Amino acid sequence: MPGSLPGVLFDGVAYGSLLFLMSVGLSVTMGMMNFINLAHGAFAMAGGYVCALGMERLGIPFLATLPLSFLCGAALGAVLERTLYRPLYRRGPLDQVLFSLGLTLMAVAATTWFFGPGQRPVRLPSFLLGQLHLPGLDLGVYRLFLIAVVAAITVALVALLRGTRFGARIRASVDDARTSAGLGIDVHRVFALTFILGSGLAALGGALSIDVLGLDPTFPLKYLVYFLLVVVVGGAGTIAGPLAASMVLGVFDVAGKYYVPEAGAFVIYGLMVALLLLFPGGLRRLAR
Amino acid sequence: MRAQVSEPPPAATARTSGSPIAFANRLSDLRWRPAELAFWAAAAAVFFVLPGQLVLASQIAITGLFALSLDLILGYAGVVSLGHAAMFGGGAYTAGLLANHGWDEPISGLIAAAAAGALIAFGTSFLALRGGDLTRLMVTLGLGLMMYELANQAAPVTGGVDGLSDMTVGKLFGVFTFDLGGRTAYAYSLVVTFGVFCLCRRVVRSPFGLSLRGIRDQPVRMSAIGTPVRRRLTAVYTLAGAIAGMAGALLAQTTQFVGLEVLGFSRSADLLIMLVLGGTGFLYGGLAGAAVFMVAQHLLSGMNPVYWQFWLGLLLVLAVFFAPGGITGAIVARWQKGGRR
Repeated sequence: MPGSLPGVLFDGVAYGSLLFLMSVGLSVTMGMMNFINLAHGAFAMAGGYVCALGMERLGIPFLATLPLSFLCGAALGAVLERTLYRPLYRRGPLDQVLFSLGLTLMAVAATTWFFGPGQRPVRLPSFLLGQLHLPGLDLGVYRLFLIAVVAAITVALVALLRGTRFGARIRASVDDARTSAGLGIDVHRVFALTFILGSGLAALGGALSIDVLGLDPTFPLKYLVYFLLVVVVGGAGTIAGPLAASMVLGVFDVAGKYYVPEAGAFVIYGLMVALLLLFPGGLRRLAR
Repeated sequence: MRAQVSEPPPAATARTSGSPIAFANRLSDLRWRPAELAFWAAAAAVFFVLPGQLVLASQIAITGLFALSLDLILGYAGVVSLGHAAMFGGGAYTAGLLANHGWDEPISGLIAAAAAGALIAFGTSFLALRGGDLTRLMVTLGLGLMMYELANQAAPVTGGVDGLSDMTVGKLFGVFTFDLGGRTAYAYSLVVTFGVFCLCRRVVRSPFGLSLRGIRDQPVRMSAIGTPVRRRLTAVYTLAGAIAGMAGALLAQTTQFVGLEVLGFSRSADLLIMLVLGGTGFLYGGLAGAAVFMVAQHLLSGMNPVYWQFWLGLLLVLAVFFAPGGITGAIVARWQKGGRR
């Protein structure tokens, strides 16, 4: 257990990377459509279960379950976006909250029904276990792997958003959906694709997070606050905002648990209210 | 604050209501409709007809009161909240701690809890009323979770996860003991709920209530015509907090126990669900929603709690798609349609 400051920072960054991976899709879709999707964690959970069950029942190696989780999450996102989410874009936030809360409750109950209420362990391959010993600092290999994966995905996302025509369409739709539609961009299609990509990334995050956060049917409710927090604090429609918010949250949460365990979850909720008060500007675009 | 409730500047509100005739009608229409009388008569009849179900019935009355409080801010003022349990729990702990420390007179405990709820609401209103719907949802959620953690951490005072169990509540008016069958509990809860309901009914039909509806529909226009939007919202939020605190006190006193779950997220979320299923902005929506929700929960969760959550989720999704106004919304819509024909 790393008691030193660098160790805590390292764990916090690893945790933050997971949060970022799971909530970046939510941030972009929320920014684009102002759709409040409380069920985003359900996609992450789906990815986690694909990974755990794929390894346990089908004997697929861990690394191969990761792309599989991504694809399953994306497919689930595609189906739900088409059938359920689309009719609700024009509804008020309350309807959206209730709908996605209902979806989350159903996901939790259905998962409990099919796979039981217990924790799902995951057996990592041996080359991801153990510690890397640096002078004065022990780094978990799996956490290094996490950070590397998320860094690679972040670079790819930035390249996608900055360098491609599709990325330009996303940016335009986030900035002003109506004008973009007027300029001939099919905003609904852009949104659907973003939603699918975001769901896939959440599922991948869910699969990667089993070893760190654990996996049980209440996952979507347990981490709901964190996802929303990343989005609300980070602001919508960018990569940098949620990334910074995830890192701050991850570091503070881990540091709080190490240094002031008696304060419990108080640290993170206090931080949330403080950040909301300090940066109402980051919220304004969402709050519109 | 109370002065503002009863005597808002009439000139400011007269302009908010569209045609003056509609304004006069809506303000003066405080008569009780037959359906309303039937509703309360039925609630009172439960006491005699279903003596075996009075514990559940008093829970419904208490939850209905809690939903009424949320309806006041959500249905009338348009303020969404995912942390309404903060005030409920504050009231419950106030009443519980008073009883725990020897002050066992229920009515004064109820009043103290209302004050505590109002205080919490007033204190947090500066945070909870900022920004748009998403910000409000998040801030209220965060505040609710913080209250939960606070009660959890302050175990020497609140009992932490074990709750406050060694509290005894004295006799109501020095005469009626809180019995296991729930007779006193139901009568007490129902009378308090009815009293608060009458107050709310008066408030929402006052010029103050009309200005809240105006704020819900057109906040910018309301502030342009000189309504102090922020002060009105703070006032109604505080009033709702007091009512939620009373509901919490009723639960604490009738069950003689306060657990951490009075502050839990699921209490806030379930409340929102009940209210929306019942229909917002009718006052009766919360009561009807609480009754339907809790009876269904009572019947279904006997099988397996997981089933219940699934059906609840499905019900929510279906309600959002097919019955946006909730149960009372559908009834009122049908009734108005019939009336026009």
